Amino acid sequence: MSKQVKHYLGDKDVQVILGTLLRIGVLVSTGVVLIGGLIFLIERSGETVSFGNFKPEEAKFSSIIEIFRGLKTFDGLAIIQFGVLLLIFTPIARVVFSIFSFLLERDYMYVIIGLIVLCVIITSLYLDIAH
Amino acid sequence: MTVLLFTIIVLVGAFLAGLVGSLTGLGGGVIIIPLLTLGLGVDIHYAIGASIISVIATSSGSAAAYVKEGITNVRIGMFLEIATTMSAIVGVVIATYIKADYIIVIFGLILLFSAYMMLKKKIDHSNNEKTSVLANYFKLNGSYPTENGVKQYAVHHVVGGFAMMFVAGTLSGLLGIGSGALKVIGMDNIMKIPFKVSTTTSNFMIGVTAAASALVYLHKGQIDPAIAMPVTIGVITGATLGAKILIRTKTDKLKVVFAIVVTFLALQMIYKGLTGQP
Repeated sequence: MSKQVKHYLGDKDVQVILGTLLRIGVLVSTGVVLIGGLIFLIERSGETVSFGNFKPEEAKFSSIIEIFRGLKTFDGLAIIQFGVLLLIFTPIARVVFSIFSFLLERDYMYVIIGLIVLCVIITSLYLDIAH
Repeated sequence: MTVLLFTIIVLVGAFLAGLVGSLTGLGGGVIIIPLLTLGLGVDIHYAIGASIISVIATSSGSAAAYVKEGITNVRIGMFLEIATTMSAIVGVVIATYIKADYIIVIFGLILLFSAYMMLKKKIDHSNNEKTSVLANYFKLNGSYPTENGVKQYAVHHVVGGFAMMFVAGTLSGLLGIGSGALKVIGMDNIMKIPFKVSTTTSNFMIGVTAAASALVYLHKGQIDPAIAMPVTIGVITGATLGAKILIRTKTDKLKVVFAIVVTFLALQMIYKGLTGQP
């Protein structure tokens, strides 16, 4: 019984770190989106928008490289998109974190399962079906 | 419509979506998509891109709150994520090849199903009969703390649950939603995982699955920053407030009202898809 309790305490530590990680991820990405949004609104709030037709060829920041390029010029939309990217990477960080905790537990079966999941996500990074 | 007006309308809508989504457990995506398409005439492709971002935001936001209870079964989550992430990408690829009208109709049908699932009484099927060979092999059985000490539980029908997650992941990728309702069927009804564990574990999976499809949607140009900005900020603030209210409020009546609204939206989406009206 005492062994089980000890096991829980260990898990609890991991969970607390994980909770903090998620909270920081969400907070930072929202902050970045907010900053980008303000820059965008200050510069272009009077323009008219219409999203009635899907025009993928006009998408400006649809890859990580383009987003980073836009960041250099302080483009509001690029900053928003960078915040969105941070938000997307928050759950991915959770997977990476879990893989490490499995490694510490020496549960190699789950290290491999975690790596498979990570590989699938990385594949999605390089999947370019539209162009 | 000016950028400012569009931003304000979406911000308010996304705030309400996040608030009601977290109060009813339905998630943000199911409201964001009708709001953008029916309400503001936004193309379904952009609406899906914005929705998938709101799904990640709600998932990570509420996960941070859930973690305190410490009952996510990371092994079950990680194991099933093999199915959900792979099929999410399959879903995004399917979305590239089928007509937008069909996607709208499928979305409407899933919306109807979600409304039904929200009202249905949930029954905890969990037990501790360790009969599944696969569950033992993959170390899926677990335990969680209760007031009366540690409670053990066993996982059942691993293949069936895995298959259900494949369906959930495909729909998540296709429609840009979290597919929470289907994940609940897979985990509660098929695998017989206790609620306390399935809720948080499915939330963990929803975020990871949505991240996989979001990256593909980004490349396809479906995530427009001008829409993503008010959606992200609105949903996160709404969901955070919702999580705080949830602790001290009963949501039964709200769920009934919301189910009626969702049913109405679902029928409108189906009508829109079938008639091909903008």
